[in-house]
Amino acid sequence: MPVNLFGLAKTFENRAEDIGLVQGHRLCPGCAAPIVVKFSLMVARKLGYEPVVGLATGCLEVSTTIYPYTAWTVPYIHNAFENSAATMSGVETAARALKKFGVLPKDKKYAFFVFAGDGGTYDIGLQSLSGMIERGHKVIYILYDNEGYMNTGNQRSGSTPTGSNTTTAPVGKVIPGKVQLKKNIVEIVAGHEYVYAATVSISDPNDFFSKIEKSLNFDGPSFIAAFSPCVRFWRIPDGAANSISKLAVETKYWPLYEVENGVYRVTRKPRQFKPLIEFLKPQGRFKPLLSRPDADEIVQRLQEYVDRRWERLLTLEEATKGKPIR
Amino acid sequence: MNNIDLKKARAVTGAEAVANAMRQIEPHVVAAYPITPQTPIVEYFAKFVSDGVVRTEMIPVESEHSAMSAVVGAAATGARAMTATSANGLALMHEVVYIAASSRLPIVMPVVNRALSGPINIHCDHSDAMAERDSGWVQFYAESNQEAYDLTILSLKLAEDESVRLPVMVSLDGFILSHGVEPVEFLPDEVVKEFIGEPKMIYPLLDTEHPVTYGPLDLYDYYFEHKRQQVEAMENAKKVFPKVAEEFYKVSGRKYDFVEPYKLDDAEYVMVALGSTNSTIKYVVDWMREEGFKVGALKVWMFRPFPKAQIQKYLNGRKGVVVLDRSASFGAEAPLYEAVKSALYNVAIRPQMGSYVYGLGGRDILPEHIRKAFEDALSGNLIADEQRYLGLRE
Amino acid sequence: MLKSWKEIPIGGVVDEPGKSREYKTGTWRVLRPVLHLDKCVHCMFCWLYCPDMAIVIDSSGQKPKMIGFNYNYCKGCGLCADVCPTNAIEMRPETEFAEE
Ligand SMILES: Cc1ncc(C[n+]2csc(CCOP(=O)(O)OP(=O)(O)O)c2C)c(N)n1
Ligand code: SF4
Ligand code: SF4
Ligand code: SF4
Ligand SMILES: [Mg+2]
Repeated sequence: MPVNLFGLAKTFENRAEDIGLVQGHRLCPGCAAPIVVKFSLMVARKLGYEPVVGLATGCLEVSTTIYPYTAWTVPYIHNAFENSAATMSGVETAARALKKFGVLPKDKKYAFFVFAGDGGTYDIGLQSLSGMIERGHKVIYILYDNEGYMNTGNQRSGSTPTGSNTTTAPVGKVIPGKVQLKKNIVEIVAGHEYVYAATVSISDPNDFFSKIEKSLNFDGPSFIAAFSPCVRFWRIPDGAANSISKLAVETKYWPLYEVENGVYRVTRKPRQFKPLIEFLKPQGRFKPLLSRPDADEIVQRLQEYVDRRWERLLTLEEATKGKPIR
Repeated sequence: MNNIDLKKARAVTGAEAVANAMRQIEPHVVAAYPITPQTPIVEYFAKFVSDGVVRTEMIPVESEHSAMSAVVGAAATGARAMTATSANGLALMHEVVYIAASSRLPIVMPVVNRALSGPINIHCDHSDAMAERDSGWVQFYAESNQEAYDLTILSLKLAEDESVRLPVMVSLDGFILSHGVEPVEFLPDEVVKEFIGEPKMIYPLLDTEHPVTYGPLDLYDYYFEHKRQQVEAMENAKKVFPKVAEEFYKVSGRKYDFVEPYKLDDAEYVMVALGSTNSTIKYVVDWMREEGFKVGALKVWMFRPFPKAQIQKYLNGRKGVVVLDRSASFGAEAPLYEAVKSALYNVAIRPQMGSYVYGLGGRDILPEHIRKAFEDALSGNLIADEQRYLGLRE
Repeated sequence: MLKSWKEIPIGGVVDEPGKSREYKTGTWRVLRPVLHLDKCVHCMFCWLYCPDMAIVIDSSGQKPKMIGFNYNYCKGCGLCADVCPTNAIEMRPETEFAEE
């Protein structure tokens, strides 16, 4: 039976300790990262798994484990910034070995998770992630994508969208902020052939839950790209994480889809899309861009880009239907 | 050096000797990446794994950085986890080498010493391991393949001791030992199993009944306290090592200590060095003793923690002490020399001291070079503040 | 009281899961969520989204019920109010509650 909201509320009620992440963490008010964690761990717990989490250096890591405190009630390991995938490769392998040697019971149902930011995933941790997937470790790697190095104060990353204002690619008199496109990390991951890769948004919990469930059932590595608004540096109201996520999906900025063994499936196809500007406008990080004289032109180009990407996605879905790589 | 019973020994390379120590330890996890001259260790071990000789799970990682990262993850679960590397591989690991020690994970890592780039070079010197001397790892240096084998096994017990819980590097000279064939006496598998025992798991990550957090953000309130604990653990390593060495002696008949004196009783001039060069030094000591010179040698087995007391005990009151370093410390004194000299600051009778850097990038060290350094000492021509070079074209 | 190096676990390990609860993030709050129970349809959206697990519910009955907020931890982000389909949560300035 698929995981549903009332079922979760009945299971966890006021016991965050049963979820794995509890109160007292010091992420900004309204930050989406703990919501991503909560959604993921609840599904794993509900389905009878014992989560073990590995974190990459970043907002989520620093704010949940300020010594001597920890907000985690599940086994947790943070090693460094760029090596969460390698670290969890070691943990996952050790679990298999310890079962083989008879140290751990064979039927113990662990779910190994990585939670890493975009910097720790698209950029500095990309090699480690690639290695983990290529070797086939059964780890669910969850990217919480807040589109910048937020822990260190909003620097540009390979995930920062074009035109966003960051401290290392500021919108200036000459250069209109970040000029490059955001990397398509799902495509990079999907290129590893044997992997389950998907995008999720907290604004669509059922889609989110079912993709976590698929990851848990997938007999290999999974990668979940979770859209994760940073209220602080996107310069949006504290309570806006969900509404901006919704707009991201509705404007084709963040399409919801999955790639399972090379087969593409678009899991949400809104009947009507909103123009991209509705996603850009409420966010202070795009304000400097939008106040430039050439703003309309840049926004138009970005609109064409998301339109083309959406068309491509539908084409890929069509082309790969019933043709898994293995 | 311990005597080897040639009837019981097999002629093997250092790499094969170390790989066999790893086979007998049978770690739960090995994560490794190939680099000359460490490569044959990984290759031998991979074969043990694919032939089912060991139950170890091997992770063929995509880099040394990931090797050390994976080993840290595995060791945090309480599993025995090992890797091995050389030079650039060790340098690439550096960030995580420090984290492994700070996390107090008893990882044992053979390091096949090779010169650090650049320019790139594949041959032996100690610049790789020396760059990690302050990383919080215990460091041993082996003179022979037998020692590389023995120290790998012995290190595991030291690392896992409850009062120590530190990772250990076992250095063996690239090519000279790793690819050089020597007789090695292997212990029976059961003896090694018995000697190392079952791992004692402290804060095992996979214990879901007692969930722990590894690697928190540790600021000015506690970071300092955690570093102080590491200082203490190094002190404890000095206390525990003789006991572990004694236990090892009981099962192997081979003795290990912080340092190894060679013909020191009446020696007036002593040469101090790490690793395989000690064999050449011993040869020169014998040669010069035949001519009546009162020379001797002091091999340093354990470089971290630095065995200051033993250095003082053996070198106090000698006329001259010559220290050989197979690495330089640019802008400061060479690492072994600096440590020995500093140890001798407060002995009753300070010897004259001289620093000799040799063998960088695999440059041969010949008996004549060593003799030359001894002769400098014998003629009273040692200058404490001068760094000299052996085998270098001036 | 901060502890000495002899009193803490080695390796920086934290062996008290969920110890962060000793730190009350409720002190950060500028706006306070207030529930209008009459409007609440107990959909559980607020419970699902709260990033600080500060929504208190009662799940003893057939269907879980929204009860209120844990002000020890609620940071006042207003996300619960934003996701509430019936506007049952109102964000009010914390200063209004200064007496309590
Ligand atoms: C090797 C290394 N380089 C740089 C840093 C500094 N650093 C820490 S976190 C961080 C950015 C994290 O960005 P991201 O992964 O997107 O996570 P976020 O904080 O945005 O959630 C940086 C640059 C580091 N810790 N380690
Ligand atoms: S800076 Fe952004 S990502 Fe970091 S805690 Fe604050 S809102 Fe979350
Ligand atoms: S979101 Fe609104 S209606 Fe739903 S449970 Fe919360 S307060 Fe009640
Ligand atoms: S205001 Fe924010 S922290 Fe407080 S209960 Fe609502 S969602 Fe949770
Ligand atoms: Mg980020």
